[in-house]
Amino acid sequence: MKKTQNTVNYNKYGWFFISFAMLAFILFTLYPMIESLSLSFKVLRDGEYVFGGLTNIKRLLGDKIFHKTIGNTFLFLAVQAPLMLMLALVYATILNAPKLRFRTFYRTAIFVPCVTSLVAYSVLFKLMFANDGIINYLLVNLHLIEAPIFFLNDPFWARVVIILAMTWRWTGYNMMFYLAALQNIPAETYEAARVDGANAVQTLFKITIPQLKPIILLTTIMTTNGTLQLFDEPMNITGGGPAEMTTTMSQYIYNNAFVYAPNFGYSVSMSYVIVTLVALLAFVQFKVGKD
Amino acid sequence: MRKIKLLLKHAFLMISSLICLFPFYWMVVGATNLSKDITKGTLWFGAEFMNNFRAVQETADIFQAVLNTATITIVQVPLALLICSMAGYGFEKYPSKTRNKLFNVFLLTMMIPFAAIMIPLFNFVFDVGLIDTKMSVIVAALSNTFLIFFFRQSFKALPNEMIEAARIDGASEIGIFFRIAMPPMKSTFAAGFIYAFMKEWNNYLWPLLTLQSSENRTLTLFLSSISSAYYVDYGQILVSVVIATLPTILIFMTMQKHFVSGILGASK
Repeated sequence: MKKTQNTVNYNKYGWFFISFAMLAFILFTLYPMIESLSLSFKVLRDGEYVFGGLTNIKRLLGDKIFHKTIGNTFLFLAVQAPLMLMLALVYATILNAPKLRFRTFYRTAIFVPCVTSLVAYSVLFKLMFANDGIINYLLVNLHLIEAPIFFLNDPFWARVVIILAMTWRWTGYNMMFYLAALQNIPAETYEAARVDGANAVQTLFKITIPQLKPIILLTTIMTTNGTLQLFDEPMNITGGGPAEMTTTMSQYIYNNAFVYAPNFGYSVSMSYVIVTLVALLAFVQFKVGKD
Repeated sequence: MRKIKLLLKHAFLMISSLICLFPFYWMVVGATNLSKDITKGTLWFGAEFMNNFRAVQETADIFQAVLNTATITIVQVPLALLICSMAGYGFEKYPSKTRNKLFNVFLLTMMIPFAAIMIPLFNFVFDVGLIDTKMSVIVAALSNTFLIFFFRQSFKALPNEMIEAARIDGASEIGIFFRIAMPPMKSTFAAGFIYAFMKEWNNYLWPLLTLQSSENRTLTLFLSSISSAYYVDYGQILVSVVIATLPTILIFMTMQKHFVSGILGASK
């Protein structure tokens, strides 16, 4: 009898401990999420949001700029993510050698970019790659180019700068995940491979990558999730330009809700495209990663 | 052959380190030089730091921006840590089926992009009259699923016997949390602190929506706005970038171990 009483009592405390988080979660996450579902079907008429059926979805299918922003986001994902993750893996495998000199220095130097805030480093890169910025100055003075390149106003280079910036900021971050995971691979495994005459490339593909599979999956999902929501960098480096060449989905949603004539219903319905893509890609990556 | 290989490795790592460190170097060089010298390609420190700083303060109130970000961070981070550690403890040490299901709901929403909730959240904050207040930024991130998960994982290491023993000694449940469960978790709290601090100090999109008046804008909004102004003054902007980056660098240097685990979200 006493035991039941105790359990009930403890249960009450269980709820007490989670109550504050639950309240905040309901108000600031769950409620907006449910609300956004109904908002996505609403259209603006005479300053009021009224039910508009599939109007937003139809508009979304025909919105060329939105399609372009999806393309931009996927371009960043397809080029930057593999480049960065491979680079991170390369650094991690080299730096995992305990006897390497200056190992701590290299590791710290490569990691330190992720100490900066996204806005701060974006602004920094914007200035570095400006027409009269240091990169142009160095390239001209080293006679690598004849005249300054207008990096941020050029459709091709603007994208390159964003990809470079993101790679600078995030490679060390991902490297740390790989380094942590590499420490769990016993040295004997590598020793055995060396005795069997495996070379560096074989070791990488036959031992390191298979052993790191779960962590590679994790970093891939995190990178995908982050890149699909990319906002701070294009907003502050290029402003989305030139001619929407670097505008991302999040930025276009933001513009439609807060910059152009505000249309919350349409913006929210676009955000569902991101939700779907995040879920879909996570699912696919998870399936591929498991095999 | 071996030596050449090693040499190549070092060359590769040296160049990589240089690329990673150069922007930091240039940022400090730029902050201490005048705009006209920076565009001429100066690569050495100047003596104009204070002049640049004064110039920023005259154009736009950077003091206010630092103060706003600091206020939000100082209030928000301890509150979020308290709320999330309590929740992690509640989920872990008072197991129940209903709460476990609820925990799964929390986890499911982790993948939902902020863009998907920001507009209804904006409407909500507007309706309750919190728009353009620091409070709107503070409350929005009080419950952080990742932090709750992180604390829950760490509380797994706390033996239940310790809690039982404290109960027999007559300690209250809340007292047990603060006096028995919390103290051994110092490194978890340190890592959690860094995670929460970085998130709040660098928060951009949400403040961009809610903090509309210039007295309320945070450091990230300040940076974003002065760098997109029509006339770009390198010295002034770089001084601001240095000021925005300094606290995180200091924290990184003083608590390096915790920093890495905090930022990676690992409990070791």
